[in-house]
Amino acid sequence: MIKGKNTVEEAVSFTTLEVIADVLRNNPVMKTVKHNPVAGHVINWGRSSSLWPMMFGLACCAIEMISAACSRWDTDRLGVIYRPSPRQSDVMIVAGTMTKKIAPAVKRLYDQMAEPRWVIAQGGCASAGGPYNTYAVVQGTDLVVPVDVYIPGCPPRPDALLFGFLQLMEKIKKENPYILEQRRISG
Amino acid sequence: MRKILEIIADLTPDVTQSGAEAYIVPRDKFNAAAKALKNEGVRLAAEWASDDTPFGEGFSVYAAYSAPKGYLVIRSKVPLEDQTFPSIVKKFTAARRFERQIHSLMGLTPINNPDLRPWIKHEDWPAGACPLRKTFDAREKLPRVEGSYGWARAEGEGVYEIAVGPVHAGVIEPGHFRFQSVGEDIINLETRFGYVHKGIEKRFEEMSWIEASRLAGRVSGDSTVAHQLAYCRAVEAAAGIRVPERAHWIRALMVEIERLANHLNDIGAISNDTAFSFLLYQFSILREKVLRASFEAFGHRLMMDRIVPGGVNSDLDGRAAKAILETIDNVSVEFERLVRIYEENPSVEDRVFGTGVLTPETATEIGAVGFVARSSGVRMDCRVDAPFPPYNRLSPRVTVLSSGDVHARTWVRIEEARESMRLVRGILEGMPAGPVSVSFSALEACSSGFSAVEGWRGEIIYWVQAGPDGSINRCMVRDPSSVNWLSIERAIKGNIVPDFPLCNKSFNQSYSGNDL
Repeated sequence: MIKGKNTVEEAVSFTTLEVIADVLRNNPVMKTVKHNPVAGHVINWGRSSSLWPMMFGLACCAIEMISAACSRWDTDRLGVIYRPSPRQSDVMIVAGTMTKKIAPAVKRLYDQMAEPRWVIAQGGCASAGGPYNTYAVVQGTDLVVPVDVYIPGCPPRPDALLFGFLQLMEKIKKENPYILEQRRISG
Repeated sequence: MRKILEIIADLTPDVTQSGAEAYIVPRDKFNAAAKALKNEGVRLAAEWASDDTPFGEGFSVYAAYSAPKGYLVIRSKVPLEDQTFPSIVKKFTAARRFERQIHSLMGLTPINNPDLRPWIKHEDWPAGACPLRKTFDAREKLPRVEGSYGWARAEGEGVYEIAVGPVHAGVIEPGHFRFQSVGEDIINLETRFGYVHKGIEKRFEEMSWIEASRLAGRVSGDSTVAHQLAYCRAVEAAAGIRVPERAHWIRALMVEIERLANHLNDIGAISNDTAFSFLLYQFSILREKVLRASFEAFGHRLMMDRIVPGGVNSDLDGRAAKAILETIDNVSVEFERLVRIYEENPSVEDRVFGTGVLTPETATEIGAVGFVARSSGVRMDCRVDAPFPPYNRLSPRVTVLSSGDVHARTWVRIEEARESMRLVRGILEGMPAGPVSVSFSALEACSSGFSAVEGWRGEIIYWVQAGPDGSINRCMVRDPSSVNWLSIERAIKGNIVPDFPLCNKSFNQSYSGNDL
């Protein structure tokens, strides 16, 4: 926080993240918008209508994830468009068995995604380890990253995945749209 | 076969084995047997080890060879006090990874194998932890240790390294590829897997024989039917039970539908990697139709858990047969139309011809299997070489091409998809009536069974062994990927980096089946 100055004018030079965050917070437009309940709904509607999942598969569930993305099931019509990079995505579908070997990579991908971000655990293995209660398998995605929607099945059918997305959309619509904005961004 | 091996003294038939000809040779003759067989032009199909401590013995090391008249399993006993065996890597290139795997997971040391870097097991696991040993607890939490992996290095002016994976930008499973290249040209590729090692072989040992067939179906999700079939055939061979005729036909029907669905997907995906995504979406519609017909007929889109030891658990009624037939009629017309588009598109042609060539010599040397071998001039197909009903009646036509490039692998798939559609029609026509399963409960103590089944990727091998109490002592799985992954390292040399995704897709091997 830079006190006693006109932050908007100062910030055009984009010196630090701190300054940018300050502009976003103390912007008079933002302050007005935040008190308008309709604006909150519009933000959540926007977020829930363009969920971009990251495309990466871990095991068999990815086969049905491909089916869901291809013609006939066609997730695109719900605004669900697969992206090849975590930086462009806001949903992570953990499609399949997460081994202890790949778990650090999954955590890193999650950390690389911009907020707000959500996680769908697709299938029995991603939800709770499935049949693999062994030395090599993580017993559920929620031990590594927070999960929003669990989809049961082995593997779940594409319509189950679509249903998972619809559930996630409902969930997003009930969220506080400014929860991230209230958090301090550190430089 | 016995004649070839007669040069080895102390050759004794292994009476506990069924499903293949089996002999026990003394440990120091293990590589002599390999040498004798190599001279006869026999292919090494698998090499594995078992922990025989429940029988009060040490370990055993096995090598399965594919000979013209069926499979041959050579076993050597390894005592507890000297846990080594002679390596056969000088005779068979495919043994490289098999022996590294035995060394990593079972802890037996192959003598004279120059490459003992861990395989599947990564270096940050404790060196002494050998998951397949009976002394290792399946639930054990392994501590992370410091370690490094000795990558093959290339040095020189303009040589640089590209690391790809384990997370990829496409929907594929985790695996790491490391390229050394000069400009665009790849001079070396080294693959590294193990990221999806789930401990399947260890998990098998805790399951009942019936329950384990469900696990077998999850070794590689896209090849679930063929894996379950291979597992069940191994168990049935060991138990000596005869499966009813109708069950055989329903099993073959499912295998062919699975082959068709996967080939349809792959032909589209290969075209997609040449940036011709139109075909991907068209073929995915066809695949979806096939999957929906399987759901209609068998109650599961991928037909998981339909094959059980003793037969199948879902019969086929007239309505289901009609649904499949209608779908095949529908798909075959559309399929031919799309194949013509593939054939006549110059931009696809430019990318697929002459790319990623696996020469017939290399394919034979590394012992490639499945469509990879058939597109590199090697005539092999378990449906013909080791037929079971109804393949002995329907005799599948095997397509062999010799150019070994991406186009050959696509074209073999196209021909096989056509052939599968013909076989599905033939199976539905000739399906005999009768029961679909016989009762199966358990195996006799100490018996073991071997089986090989042609899945859509190629030859899948299972070997099961019952312990002294009749439960599963060891279940060895050899997915075609375990041998075929070597072929991509060979085929990619001299190609340009942007062609790698295309080559990889044309091989489309399973990471999960390789890592287990």
